[in-house]
Amino acid sequence: MALIETENLSFTYPSGMKPAVEDISISIEKGDFVVLTGPSGCGKTTLCRCFNGLIPHFYGGKLEGNITVAGYNVAKCLVYELARHVGLVFQNPENQLFALSVEKDVAFGLENCGMPRDDMRKRVDWALQMTGIEELRERAPHELSGGQQQRVAIACVLAMQPEVMVFDEPTSFLDPLGAQKIFEVINDLNKELGITVILVEHRLDLASRYANHVIVMNEGKIVLDGEPHKVFNSERARLIGVGIPKATRLYQILRENGLKLSKVPINSEEASQFLRKILTHD
Amino acid sequence: MIEVKDVYFTYPNGIGALKGVSITIQNGDFVAIMGQNGAGKTTLVKHFNGLLKPTKGKVLVDGVNTRDISVARLARKVGFVFQNPDHQLFCETVEDETSFALKNFGYKPNIIERRVTWALNLLSLTQYRKTSPFMLSGGERKRVALASVLASDPKIVILDEPTIGQDHQQKEKLRQFITQLRAQKKTVVIVTHDVEFVAECNPRVVLMTEGKIVADGRANKILTNYNLVTKASLVPPQVTQIFMKLSDLGLPTNVIDVYEARKVFLNSLEGS
Repeated sequence: MALIETENLSFTYPSGMKPAVEDISISIEKGDFVVLTGPSGCGKTTLCRCFNGLIPHFYGGKLEGNITVAGYNVAKCLVYELARHVGLVFQNPENQLFALSVEKDVAFGLENCGMPRDDMRKRVDWALQMTGIEELRERAPHELSGGQQQRVAIACVLAMQPEVMVFDEPTSFLDPLGAQKIFEVINDLNKELGITVILVEHRLDLASRYANHVIVMNEGKIVLDGEPHKVFNSERARLIGVGIPKATRLYQILRENGLKLSKVPINSEEASQFLRKILTHD
Repeated sequence: MIEVKDVYFTYPNGIGALKGVSITIQNGDFVAIMGQNGAGKTTLVKHFNGLLKPTKGKVLVDGVNTRDISVARLARKVGFVFQNPDHQLFCETVEDETSFALKNFGYKPNIIERRVTWALNLLSLTQYRKTSPFMLSGGERKRVALASVLASDPKIVILDEPTIGQDHQQKEKLRQFITQLRAQKKTVVIVTHDVEFVAECNPRVVLMTEGKIVADGRANKILTNYNLVTKASLVPPQVTQIFMKLSDLGLPTNVIDVYEARKVFLNSLEGS
């Protein structure tokens, strides 16, 4: 059974006139790196809130259909129970950090679980090391740069050693190099620790290279779901206004000129390889 | 015209945010100020409408020193849209918000009505006219902030990080919108680190690091200079990255746009 599975899942907020997400049936395997994208207001964040039980337990509203995460039925499972399995990192780290030192912030979730002190120390050290912020241990989170704060937020969630980590546009406040570094941290967690990653993102030029699974939503529904090369090359992705990677776009407009590349590129490495082949073979 | 002459700025906590900045922005220019988080981009543009005054040096807007004129008077000429719309919006309805500045400037009700209708229509906000800005989504609030600035028809429009949190379609709308402003001969200054957005617009780029301007030129010159871009914590546009990897085949490396990339590639294919 997949790690996350939904079956005809719909959810309407208490004040909502119509469902924010509708008839969602997806399956995410253990170890997947999923990029979840789609126009603003399409229901991405709502879907993420279903993964860790904030929906329906915190937001109320009407949940229909089935969702299971790590073997738990979300509708019946307690939020703090699910929190051990699914971690959520917000768009703006300022909404998440509150302690007076980085170390205390990272330890907070573990303290709440009643973890013994020595184990907690080890776990905090490990999380700081994995995110490359050991030297910030004693610093106050609110004094750090945006990129550093986002690493702290990731460390806080990572310390719980969840099976699934959900990132809701974690880099939108960062400059491109800062964003790339965060994506690399996330990629390491996925590839080295086998953590299942769900990344909500608009900046596909930067993010898509890490994914093995892309889900595109529009108006509360899933419109595309599959392997990145296939999804990005779908005419539909472009038509609903997804910012497909420029490498893929270049391939598409070259095809209009009758030029065929061997495969659809989704990043600069692939695109340059394919273009090189055409240039050197002729 | 905005003239910045050897400006230094130090915040009250002692942090020097600008360290000797000089730049001239002509009427009708379209400038993107780029650089890493904390480079001093926002601090610099806050000098353009007098919100901040230089610690040393001077800023002239149409020849007038920003020290000698009130922010309120400058606001008629220089419109500023903040990065976070929540720092800007405060009225009960979108209509009140959009007409606020015009009322303060003392315009007649019929002119206010016309301008507000125009601005709301332009930004697809007409349906929200009587809605509270705080009921709207982040992207919509950002457009309300923009509408309230445009309604007063400033000569110079400053947009601080206009693409943050916006999806591809909204960015495309923003780009068309900037094109319209330019057709009206307005000066447009954006602060951004959205490399792909800038690559699509190809404006003049002013690159900042650590409180200084380190480069100034067309986007296709600046964004294709790998060392420069990396130093400013940016990455080259994806199209540029593709062409940089093919430079040994004699392809040019100063390409930033996909359509230009197609042309260059097809030409080179014919030539070989």
